[in-house]
Amino acid sequence: MSACPAYDCAVVGGGVMGCTTALWLARAGMRVVLLDRGSLCREASGVNAGTLTMQMTRAALIPYAMRGWELWRTTADWLGMDVGTRVLDGLSVAYTEAEVGMLEARASSRRAAGAPVELVDAARARDIEPGLGDGVRLAGFCPVDGFVVAYLTGRAYRGALLAAGATLQEGRAVTGIDPVDGGFALGTADGGRVEARRVVLAGGVWIQEMASWLGVRLPIQCLVNQLVVTERLPPVMRTILGVANGKLSLKQFDNGTVLVGGGWQGIGRGDPRDGGAEIVPENVIGNLQLAVHAVPRLRDARVLRVWLGYEAETADAMPVVGRLPGFDDAWVIGSVHSGYTSGPYIGRLLADAILERELERPLFDPGRLAGR
Amino acid sequence: MPDAIDLLVLGAGPAGAAAALAAAEHGARTVMVDEALAPGGQVYRAPPMDHRQLGQRALEPEHRDGEALRRRLQCSGVEVATRHRVWSLLPGFRVHAIGPAGHRAWVARAVVLATGTTERVVPFPGWTTPGVIGLAAATILLKSQGAVPGERVVVAGCGPLLAAVGAGLVKAGRAPVAVVDLAGRGEWLRALPAMAARPDLVRRGLGWLAALRRAGVPLLSGHGVVAVEGDTRVTAVRIAPVASDGTPRAERVARRLEADALVIGHGLVPATEATRLLEADHRFVADAGGWIPVLDDDCATSVAGLFAAGDGSGLAGAAAARLQGEIAGLAAARHLGQLDEGRYQHTVAPLRQGLARARRFGQAMARLTAPRPAMVGTIAADTVVCRCEDVTRAEIETAIASGAREMNQLKAWTRCGMGPCQGRMCAETAASLLARHVGGREAAGQWTARAPLRPLPLADMVGEFGYDDIPMPEPAPP
Ligand SMILES: Cc1cc2nc3c(=O)[nH]c(=O)nc-3n(C[C@H](O)[C@H](O)[C@H](O)COP(=O)(O)OP(=O)(O)OC[C@H]3O[C@@H](n4cnc5c(N)ncnc54)[C@H](O)[C@@H]3O)c2cc1C
Ligand SMILES: Cc1cc2nc3c(=O)[nH]c(=O)nc-3n(C[C@H](O)[C@H](O)[C@H](O)COP(=O)(O)OP(=O)(O)OC[C@H]3O[C@@H](n4cnc5c(N)ncnc54)[C@H](O)[C@@H]3O)c2cc1C
Repeated sequence: MSACPAYDCAVVGGGVMGCTTALWLARAGMRVVLLDRGSLCREASGVNAGTLTMQMTRAALIPYAMRGWELWRTTADWLGMDVGTRVLDGLSVAYTEAEVGMLEARASSRRAAGAPVELVDAARARDIEPGLGDGVRLAGFCPVDGFVVAYLTGRAYRGALLAAGATLQEGRAVTGIDPVDGGFALGTADGGRVEARRVVLAGGVWIQEMASWLGVRLPIQCLVNQLVVTERLPPVMRTILGVANGKLSLKQFDNGTVLVGGGWQGIGRGDPRDGGAEIVPENVIGNLQLAVHAVPRLRDARVLRVWLGYEAETADAMPVVGRLPGFDDAWVIGSVHSGYTSGPYIGRLLADAILERELERPLFDPGRLAGR
Repeated sequence: MPDAIDLLVLGAGPAGAAAALAAAEHGARTVMVDEALAPGGQVYRAPPMDHRQLGQRALEPEHRDGEALRRRLQCSGVEVATRHRVWSLLPGFRVHAIGPAGHRAWVARAVVLATGTTERVVPFPGWTTPGVIGLAAATILLKSQGAVPGERVVVAGCGPLLAAVGAGLVKAGRAPVAVVDLAGRGEWLRALPAMAARPDLVRRGLGWLAALRRAGVPLLSGHGVVAVEGDTRVTAVRIAPVASDGTPRAERVARRLEADALVIGHGLVPATEATRLLEADHRFVADAGGWIPVLDDDCATSVAGLFAAGDGSGLAGAAAARLQGEIAGLAAARHLGQLDEGRYQHTVAPLRQGLARARRFGQAMARLTAPRPAMVGTIAADTVVCRCEDVTRAEIETAIASGAREMNQLKAWTRCGMGPCQGRMCAETAASLLARHVGGREAAGQWTARAPLRPLPLADMVGEFGYDDIPMPEPAPP
């Protein structure tokens, strides 16, 4: 490797995690190259539901999600573009005895973690969400909620990254990384080579593969989440609506389309990450039934599109954000539950760590999961 | 529970029907699915019920052929599932549809896709005004409802459907104001040698032209529509002479035709949602209508057990569709082990010869309607390209300038193609606009196909259910 590599840092993977990290590194004056094998934010970070919900975020991640929520509200200031963020009331409802129990437990742990969740009865829930159908026994209400129009993410980050002086290499897949004197050499699918002093692995569900290039075993499970969107409808609801078991995430965008999600799974043919995941029609139908149960007026809508996205999950369902074990200058970021919400914050934290700044909150040591 | 079958045929047009009949004849347990009320597809679309009940003879030869086809299907072993929309197609061939009685699902060992085409309209100012309808759509109106789109109709665009619709209007007692053809005389002349392959169809075409002439309908070749006037309804159509690339010739003045309807079409585009959903290989062939699945001589796609036939696999017209469908059906029977190699080769040989002949004619017709990429260059900045989402050319150009380099990013950044037509109306225009910046249609790529293949009413999807019926997965982590 040449004495002075072309870049101070190479970020591999241009989702919300990689883009945010790259952005703050570039703004701090580093020479940054961001490589993605496709277009920016076209995997999880561009196809996710865009919900900024506290009631579906793991309690331990609430402080991060609250900061992320704040950042999404102000993208015009720090990202240079409005990404359609809306602040809405959040409601998580319980229909059965078991769900009431879950709701009470989940609400109290989230409240303890700093999310302003309040339990309300059915009548109050109906005031907050007039679109609700019958059967609600109890609801969790949280005014810190809302959504982002996720498919605009890449557009916003792209402009900001270029303005910050980062080098963008889209359509350029990294195929391997070798530690070399003074840094790392990245091999790319087009036969090229990129050298950088530091490397950040931000490949979403593919960080497992990326870590393996450097000899680190980092087991990451790949969830295949299904989402369903309807055609435009007159207003049928006004909240971000979920069910206590986490199996519904429902909202209506400004344009009238309604997005139905909740982590109902598609399946992979083999490992979905290698290409080839498919919808499970029964799960599409089940998810829609739950949505119609919650907001009966949805029955009159038409479904336009069902799609899949890949979400990373570790064995303890907690993030991996920090140094790759055994390396001073290789970092990894990903597998964050509700990671879109907290992405702008966690990516910035990692940039702070790389820049050796004091951290506002701790990272999530990959070492606890990694092997060799 | 899904029904286990040998072969599922999607699309009951000439291609699908021929495939289903051929496979069933060799013992394949075959189901043919179509969303229309009756089998026949676009060309053999069934006339309205009351016409038939009135005992009216179907006058057009297509009606006769269509009735014959429907009778043959009735006496065949093919199970025909009309009024069923296939919304999901998965590998291993699990097929999900919704019909009048709710969900249906099949597991099929082989699939023939014969999904036909959608229509291309290159936008121009006023193209979304009520009273503007597609040329192919007008044939449906005429055929299935015996209806006309207006009192004073201008028929415009390109290809043989122009004269067919024009003559259809004459017959319906509403001779069009004019028939405006993008193609110049030269283009038709170039098509002549290939047309000789089907003297019967040439005779019909000449018949349509004669009917138009007798009715005194002006036939303006080498002309295109530059704008439609009217706010809530078409009041006039402005036309101008065009160069051979379809762009208006600046030095020539536009003419104004008073009209209350415009029927316009710039060709057909193979409907490849289903082959894309199953991730078959595709290639871009402008003369065949655009992106088409890669097929071998046996109509097999790159996915084992998946076959494609008809205009959905490349434009070649109804006669070719029927022959190709038959080959696909036989190839599927061979794949299923119901037809041995020797008999297969023996049976398909004459079909292949016929197909080559039919294709010469069909492809010559298709070439008359091949995309003229320069036309999209003349779309005005404020003209809407995606009518469902109201996305203008200027918005598309801005997104491209901000770094959208392929179709899916372009869609995400503009919403172009996200509306109820699921991108069927605007994909061609958007891709052609993007192609100008990224070096061609291949580089621009295609929108990822997703279920449902058609918009689906939620009421049909969910049916009647109670909370306990919902197949609830494990709760999310606390
Ligand atoms: C369907 C779905 C719905 C979701 N809904 C929500 C929600 O409502 N709210 C919420 O907070 N979170 C949600 N999430 C989670 C959230 O989307 C993710 O946590 C987050 O977007 C992950 O970001 P990422 O940058 O780690 O990964 P990604 O966005 O997946 O980015 C990884 C990038 O790496 C690139 N890459 C991969 N391999 C290579 C290679 N070899 N070379 C170069 N580049 C490579 C990929 O192309 C990709 O762009 C959802 C997730 C899914 C899938
Ligand atoms: C609107 C229209 C009108 C036309 N009119 C004429 C004409 O008058 N004369 C002429 O020579 N040519 C006409 N053409 C050209 C014509 O399409 C072809 O030459 C011929 O019909 C091709 O036959 P095919 O079997 O390939 O497809 P088609 O005849 O188009 O049949 C395809 C069938 O697939 C069905 N289908 C597709 N997707 C699904 C799904 N997801 N679920 C259920 N069903 C599905 C459709 O309902 C349709 O019946 C027309 C084309 C169009 C689009």
